[in-house]
Amino acid sequence: MSAIIEIRGVTKSFGGVVANKNLSMTVEAGGITGLIGPNGSGKTTLFNSIVGYHPIDAGSIKFEGREISKLPVQKIARLGLLRTFQQTRIYGAMNCVENMLISLPHRKMRLAQSFARNSAAERKRAAGLLEFVGLYEKRLLRAGSLSFGQQKLLEFAMALMNEPTGLLLDEPTAGINPTLINGLVDRLKRANREFGITLFIIEHNMRVIMDMADTIYCLAHGEMLAHGAPREVQNDRRVIDAYLGAH
Amino acid sequence: MSGARKSAGMPIEARRIALYLVLIALMLAAPFLFPGFRTQLAALWLMIVVALAWDMTGGQMGYNSLGNVFFYGTGMYVAAVITIALAYDVGEYTSAAGGGIHAFTDAQYFAGMALGIIGAGVFCAVCALLIGYITFGLRGPYFAIGTLGVAIAAGELVSNWEWVGGGQGISLPVYPGDLETGKVVFYFLFAAAGIALFVLLRWLYTTRFGAAMNAVRDDEEKAEAMGLHTLRYKLAAWSIAAFFVGAAGAISAFQLIHFEPLETAYQTINLGIFMVVCVLLGGKGTLWGPVVGAVLFHVFKEVTWNYLLGWQWVALGALIVVTVVYFQEGVMGYLMRRKPEWFGIRVGREAE
Repeated sequence: MSAIIEIRGVTKSFGGVVANKNLSMTVEAGGITGLIGPNGSGKTTLFNSIVGYHPIDAGSIKFEGREISKLPVQKIARLGLLRTFQQTRIYGAMNCVENMLISLPHRKMRLAQSFARNSAAERKRAAGLLEFVGLYEKRLLRAGSLSFGQQKLLEFAMALMNEPTGLLLDEPTAGINPTLINGLVDRLKRANREFGITLFIIEHNMRVIMDMADTIYCLAHGEMLAHGAPREVQNDRRVIDAYLGAH
Repeated sequence: MSGARKSAGMPIEARRIALYLVLIALMLAAPFLFPGFRTQLAALWLMIVVALAWDMTGGQMGYNSLGNVFFYGTGMYVAAVITIALAYDVGEYTSAAGGGIHAFTDAQYFAGMALGIIGAGVFCAVCALLIGYITFGLRGPYFAIGTLGVAIAAGELVSNWEWVGGGQGISLPVYPGDLETGKVVFYFLFAAAGIALFVLLRWLYTTRFGAAMNAVRDDEEKAEAMGLHTLRYKLAAWSIAAFFVGAAGAISAFQLIHFEPLETAYQTINLGIFMVVCVLLGGKGTLWGPVVGAVLFHVFKEVTWNYLLGWQWVALGALIVVTVVYFQEGVMGYLMRRKPEWFGIRVGREAE
C-alpha cells in the first residue's frame, strides 16, 4: 500500500496553547486509519489542519503526493479529500434528496454546468445512497427535522455522494443509538471496501475503532503518544495511562 | 401509485397554468382598466423587480444586502450619461442645468433609452462582481452594513461630482409624444423587467445553481467543506440581481425626468429598505414571496400616504416592526407551512 495522506512535523498553536506539536503520520491508501486520544488532545485540530481550515505553523501535509497545507478548504475538497464534522452539519432547510444532490462532486463542475438540472442518473445515485444509510423513507423530510443520529447518517451519505478518495470522519458514532452503531460500522467498512474510499477516523468508542482500523495513532496533549496495529496500541501502557489520567 | 396523485378538481399543473394566464391578462389590461393609476402600477412593478432581485441574495443565499439601492442609483446615472452623451457633451449639459434648454430628437431619445437600460444593467452587473469580491468576505450583519456603506458612500461621492450634476442631479428629456402614452410605455418597461426576472428565477431555482445558493444560505462552511465554488455562486447571483436593479433604475430615470443623488438615486432609507420589507412581508427565500410582498407593501404604503398623511412613516415603521418581530416567515412561508399541499409538497407515505 502507498501513502495517501502524509503528515510531517506539523505544529499548530493557538496563542500560547500548542494544540499539535511536531506530529508525523501516514494514512495508507485504501485502508482505515484511526486517530484516538483523550478530549483536548488535538485530534480535531489536526483534521482542521489537513483540510485547510486554518494555516499550520510548521510542517508539511501531502495528499496523493501533493502539498496541500497552503490550499484553501474548497480546493482541498475538490481534490477529493473530504471531512465530516463533529457537530454534524447538513443543509437544514433543504430535504434529504436536495442535500444529496448538492453534494455531487464539484471538482468537475463548471459554471455553465451548474445551470442544468440534476440528471436522472444522479437522482438514482442519491436515492441509492440514502437507501444505503437507511434514510430512504425520510428522503422528502427537511434535513433539519431529522434526529441528530439521522443527520449524521445523512452527512455520511452526502460525503459518499461526493465520491472522495479520502474521507476524514470526526467521531462518526458519537450521539448515535448503540443499536445503530453496528449498522454504521458495517456501512463504514463497506464504503471503504466497495467504494474504495480511504477512511481516517477520529473515534472515542474503543470497541468500534479497534474493530475497524488497520492502524491507530494516539495523541495526548497535542503530541504523538503511540501508534501501530490496534492490538499494540490497546495494550500500550502509556495509552491506558493517558485515558485513565495517570499523568 | 397514480390513484394517490389525483386530487379533487383540476390537477395542480392545470390550475397553475390557469393562474398564470389570469395574471398575464391582468398585467396586460391593468394600465387600461385603471388609467388613473398608471404611474402607481409602474411603481408597483419596480417594487416587484427590486424585491425579487433582493431575495436572490437575501432570501435564497442568506446574504442580506442593504446596499442593493446602489445599483438602482448607479443604473439611473449610467442611463442618463449614456443618453446625454449620444447628443451632447455631458459636462456642458449638466453645468447648464436649468439654464440651457437642450432638445433631443426622437431617435436620440429612444436610442438613449435602449442603450441606457442595457448599459445600466451591464455596468451594475460588473459593479456587483467588483464590490462582491470584497464584501462577500463579510458574513451576517457585517455584510449588510458593508453594502449599506457602499450605497451611502456612492450617494455622497456622486453628489459631489460636478460632471454628473453634483447635488442638483440630472434632468433628462421628457418622453416625446403623448404624456399618457409615455406612462403606458414606462408601465410596460417595468413589467417586462419584472416578468423577465420572474421567469429567469423560476427556472434558475430549479437548477443546481439554485440548490447551491440554498446550500450557501443553510451552511456556507459546510458548502465550502464539500468543495462548492461558493464565491462564484455568490458573485454570479448578485451580478444577475444587480443587472435587473440597474435596468430598473435606468427606466426610473426616464420616467422621473429629473433626479438627484441622495433622495432619488441612492435613496438608502426609502427604496433600499422598502425592498427588504417587501421580501420579509411576502416570504424570504420563496419565488412568489417577493411578488406578493411587493403588492401588499405597495398597497399599504399608498393607502397610508393618502389617508394617514402625517402618520404614514409611523404606520410604515409599525408594519416593519410587526413583520420583523412577529411574522418573519412572511405570507408565503406561512402558507407553505399551513397548506403544503397547495405547493405540491407531499411527505412520507403520500409521496410514494
